[in-house]
Amino acid sequence: MMEEAKDEASVLSVHGDDIKVTEVLKDGDTLTFLIISKKLSGTGEYHVDRTYDDFEWLQQHLFAQEDVPGIQGVIFPPLPAKPQVNASAKTMKQLGILGLGEWQPYCKAMETFLRQVAAHSVLCRNKAVEVFLTSSAPPGRQKIRKNIFNRLSQAVEEMRKEGHKDVDEFFQTERDRNLVLTSCTKTAAEKFLDMVLTEQKIAVACGHFSAALHLLVEPGEDADKQAFSRVCVKLSEVFESMKKNMTSVAENNMSTLGLGLDLESRHQEAEKEMLFRRTCKLVELESTKRNAEKAKPVKKLAMEEVKKAAETEFEHICRVAKQEITRFEKVRVEMLQQALVQWCEKQLLTAKESADQFNKHLQVFGGMA
Amino acid sequence: MAASSDRNPPPFPGTEELETGQTDMADGDSDEGEDIFVSNSNPVSVSRGVSQPDRVSEEPPDLFSEEEADSTTAKSNGVHSDDDNDLFAEAHVELGTDKSTRSAQKDLPTSSGPRPATSFTQSPASLQPTSLEQLEEEEATDSFDVDVAVTNPEKVGDGMNAYVAYKVSTRTSLAMFRNKTFSVRRRFSDFLGLYEKLSVKQSLHGCIIPPPPEKSVVGMTKVKVGMDDPSSVEFVERRRAALERYLQRIVSHPSLLQDPDVREFLERDELPRAVNTQALSGAGFLKMITKASDAVNKMTIKMNESDTWFEDKFQEVETEEQQLRKLHAMVDSLVNHRKELCGNTAVFAKSMAMLGNSEDNTALSRALSQLAEVEDKMEQLHQEQAASDFFILAELLADYIRLVGAVRGCFDQRMRAWQRWQEAQSTLQKKREAEAKLLWANKPDKLQQAKEEITEWESRVTQYERDFDRIGMAVRKEVLRFEKEKAKDFKSQIIKYLEAMMQSQQRLVKFWEAFLPEAKAIA
Repeated sequence: MMEEAKDEASVLSVHGDDIKVTEVLKDGDTLTFLIISKKLSGTGEYHVDRTYDDFEWLQQHLFAQEDVPGIQGVIFPPLPAKPQVNASAKTMKQLGILGLGEWQPYCKAMETFLRQVAAHSVLCRNKAVEVFLTSSAPPGRQKIRKNIFNRLSQAVEEMRKEGHKDVDEFFQTERDRNLVLTSCTKTAAEKFLDMVLTEQKIAVACGHFSAALHLLVEPGEDADKQAFSRVCVKLSEVFESMKKNMTSVAENNMSTLGLGLDLESRHQEAEKEMLFRRTCKLVELESTKRNAEKAKPVKKLAMEEVKKAAETEFEHICRVAKQEITRFEKVRVEMLQQALVQWCEKQLLTAKESADQFNKHLQVFGGMA
Repeated sequence: MAASSDRNPPPFPGTEELETGQTDMADGDSDEGEDIFVSNSNPVSVSRGVSQPDRVSEEPPDLFSEEEADSTTAKSNGVHSDDDNDLFAEAHVELGTDKSTRSAQKDLPTSSGPRPATSFTQSPASLQPTSLEQLEEEEATDSFDVDVAVTNPEKVGDGMNAYVAYKVSTRTSLAMFRNKTFSVRRRFSDFLGLYEKLSVKQSLHGCIIPPPPEKSVVGMTKVKVGMDDPSSVEFVERRRAALERYLQRIVSHPSLLQDPDVREFLERDELPRAVNTQALSGAGFLKMITKASDAVNKMTIKMNESDTWFEDKFQEVETEEQQLRKLHAMVDSLVNHRKELCGNTAVFAKSMAMLGNSEDNTALSRALSQLAEVEDKMEQLHQEQAASDFFILAELLADYIRLVGAVRGCFDQRMRAWQRWQEAQSTLQKKREAEAKLLWANKPDKLQQAKEEITEWESRVTQYERDFDRIGMAVRKEVLRFEKEKAKDFKSQIIKYLEAMMQSQQRLVKFWEAFLPEAKAIA
């Protein structure tokens, strides 16, 4: 519907830092998110429903802004992978902590995506963003033509360009660092997920034990029987609270550090993509330079033109990339700090509550005849 | 006896300074606080045994000060740091009621090590009185001052002939023992041998004989190879603790304590090697019980219970055993998950350490490294929690599965006594019929013999009937005692468990509190 609009710049009419994804409705494999944005002027709000596909539509539009100089130098906010019913093992691995079926973290991840898009000085100007956030009608579903931003479509032979030596030390360093961080973060996120899954198992086991203890409860007037039954009932309560505690621990993990590591991991990947695009451009540039040198006089002028165009584009990309890297560094540290602080605070609270609970249980047991 | 202080055994030399706080035994006492299992969650620390060399300064390190309980591994190896044990001691809850603690005065309030006598199973032979009248009633049957500890597992010999010897220390004020404190070294088969002997004798009296832990070929083979790896350490500790509980249950049983075999086990320097302990391997013990039950079930003459008490109880006991098994399986599963979590946490900690190292931003890098350290500490916590789950809960359930099996054995004994009586009656009947026939046939000398046989069988019938009645009463009494002990046992073990869990959580709180400023400091 609004493809033409992609060429027009626009100003976002909502508060980018206040976008909320409040709910998600699941219908088979279709997910519909409820998005609320506050108007910049006045006190109104926009409430829109968007499916996962609509998010993809938005992302495609952002990728397709070839007219924006240096657009390839942008680190695009990463969109979480699409959750599926009966997802393949590969998809589950891709989803990581977002694949656990907990909708709150997933909504939060989608929310973060939108906020990052809205906060990006270049991206937020794309009309598609405004449409996405404010239009009551769903955005168009027509597929945009493929663009080079879709990494998966890149030919395998392009992959070897990844290791191409850089001409700029700044970028070479950044590429090296990014390579290490991407893999470390991914590993950390995976191991964290393993922990959360085991915590959930423990919670379930505690619940089972709690229920099963009631088997030992015997009716009867006998004082010893009653004493024993009381013990069993109380122990059952203990395990019920242990279950709740473990469940909270797992939830805290998921909603703070889990999400944070996941976002960081996807972010590092996004930076990796950007650096790769630039590297590809570098390879292309070097190739045009060689062609221009080797060109026969007949073709020389044309080759020079091509070379100049490549140079200009490359310069744009480098300029944008440098800005992006600086911004990225700041944003990710902030984000990680927030995640760590929230994680710590939540777990501290849960641990205090749990210690309290055990204390109460102890008192009960101590007072039992 | 619990409440009357004049019944306290004379204070042990050197522990007198402790006496003052503890003469009132009816007071909740440190028995409950004894964390035999919690502090033993670190298996190594257990071999500290009775002695607490570093723990309390003002008293003799060894409870049984006659022999310095040397602890080659005196220090808990870090799973439970010293502070933790002290923390635990602080967290100890005063229980107002039951545990008789004839051993109270010798017991240190800081239950840091395996407290020998005062394990959760230790209790006066008879039911713990909860009121003064009951107390007076029980006094006659009460007060057996014997405390037993099993410590210092040591490997003896090499290769496949190696075995583990344990130190069995006894402290007592009873006259029937030669000394007040003494210790001997025993190996596992000795414990099994004791059980064999007791079974043969005591079960005829309807006694519930506490069963020993099972044999384990796999476990022992590993130990023979070397005692150092964690699973061997855990195995030895598990066995040591189980043997200790086994002995404590035996000595707290009034009839069993009187048995000369028990005394010999505790006192005699060298015991003849017990053979024929084959019956008690892993499944062997339970097979034995089941066989006995089957034999009873196959009885053609079904017993007519005039008193439904026995039937009902038997049913209860059977049901209970099944339920305990279910519960035990669940706790096992929980223990496994916790161990898994340990593994996961360790791996995660490593990955965070790597991430921290790769991080350029100094504050972030430091915070991530701190995070890795926090996670390492949490792994420790998970280990301890797994140990608590196992050594306290799982073993409690396992003990009771075996004990309930022993209770069933008791019922079977009673059935057998009934059977004997019935068979004697039927034999008597046959003899009488034979006599009648002889009267008819008029064979005077054979008749004399027949009359003699009848007299003999008549007295047998009377004897067996008396036996049956007596065993019935004994079984009843034993079962009641068992149920009382069970309630107390469970309660005290669960309190131990809760204390351990609470401690864990408190330490966790401290970890998080320490980390928070680090997280906030990331610029």
